[in-house]
Amino acid sequence: MSSKFRNTIGKTFLLYLPLLLLFISVFNEFDFNYLNYKYFSFNFPFILIFYWSLKRIETLGYGFIFIAGMFNDAVLGFPIGISSLTYLIICGFAAYLRNITLRPSLTKDWLYFLFTISFANSINYFLLVLFFSIEINYYEILGNIIFTFLLYYIFAHIFDIYRKILLRIKI
Amino acid sequence: MATSRDDFVIAIRSAFLKKGNQQRFSLIGLIFFSVGLLILSKINLPFTNYLKITLNEIVYRTSFIVSVPEKKILDLSNKIQDHYNVYNDYVLVKEKIKTLESKKYETQFLEVENKRLKKTINEYIFKSDELVAKVLIDKNSPFLKSVIVNKGSKDKVKLGMAVLDGSYLVGKIVEVNYSTSRALLVSDLNSKIPVGIEPGNIQSILSGTGKQNGKIEYLETDILIKDKSIVYTSGSGGLFKSGIPVGIYHIETEKEYEVVHFFSKLSQLTFVKLVSFEEGSN
Repeated sequence: MSSKFRNTIGKTFLLYLPLLLLFISVFNEFDFNYLNYKYFSFNFPFILIFYWSLKRIETLGYGFIFIAGMFNDAVLGFPIGISSLTYLIICGFAAYLRNITLRPSLTKDWLYFLFTISFANSINYFLLVLFFSIEINYYEILGNIIFTFLLYYIFAHIFDIYRKILLRIKI
Repeated sequence: MATSRDDFVIAIRSAFLKKGNQQRFSLIGLIFFSVGLLILSKINLPFTNYLKITLNEIVYRTSFIVSVPEKKILDLSNKIQDHYNVYNDYVLVKEKIKTLESKKYETQFLEVENKRLKKTINEYIFKSDELVAKVLIDKNSPFLKSVIVNKGSKDKVKLGMAVLDGSYLVGKIVEVNYSTSRALLVSDLNSKIPVGIEPGNIQSILSGTGKQNGKIEYLETDILIKDKSIVYTSGSGGLFKSGIPVGIYHIETEKEYEVVHFFSKLSQLTFVKLVSFEEGSN
């Protein structure tokens, strides 16, 4: 009974680990910006949301992604709703790719991810600058896009391994 | 041609309108809801303000707890670095103490003389209310340089209060919740502070760069600022009193040109003073 109970808790934890990671990354805003390398920062929630929306959306869920976006706005001090919109745009792009893909390939996903985050960040930038008159450094965003894009490849490999583990234990 | 267009429409419809397995909300519904929230934030309705304050209270406290492990690791790495630099720092500090001791008496005399002169010309003497606050969240995001402090409207924190680290200006309060507030740091791109630069009493605006320094803006081209000039608040606009030290101006450093290095290390703030200045009678 006890081992069955432990098994269930372990499985639930493994299933919801990406969601937990999303909320931790949103609350903690870990982008390694404190390393103080010029223009180095990356957006971990973008990678997480795109990958899991593409491969297994039931792990995150649109509702939780929306809430995570609201939390991110509160932490960063942005107008409420802007990160939710950005995250949901990424979900939309990922869902479209999922629907049109017959043979998945990491390289294609990777390039499509670049297009997706460029579009999502552009919407974010224009809304903040034009609609809310908040000044933002364009080069910081560009740096953020490039590093997020480059790191997607590494994280996608890690998440692939994780997804295989989930499949093996039939979650 | 028509088939590929149909496929595109079907894929889009399926991506945005279908709820999918175990999904309670459709993507398009949530996107519209986000846009609605954005419009409401722009209109600034009382309902959205209450929602924002409640959300901020919850998120700031949670974020503080979630950030604890990362903070501990950063503190440890800073401590290790400090240990390595102990001897060099000791030599520097010794030299500084010597210089400061000689200046101390001179400053005391100048302070008394300054007060006497201000009374003579009938200039306002500022009274200030001080509050000490703990920095809860210091995210140092690439897009917005701000910190969250653990004092809010219940502690009589007001918008526009100056945020000091010791006697140095580090920012101002831009958002007040019930028990927390957000301070926009002087290094943020959106921060504009009227300053005076000494020597020369040059009046200008100090703007953040989004990095760890600031730059002097709106200066006439024929005015030249000397290297290592000190930047103080000028008191223009009446928000801050004049003479709060902010930073030191460098014409050229190893990496940059014409920058203001702040006296306070903005990524290391733990406790800050929130100060409001009121004009008092002479």
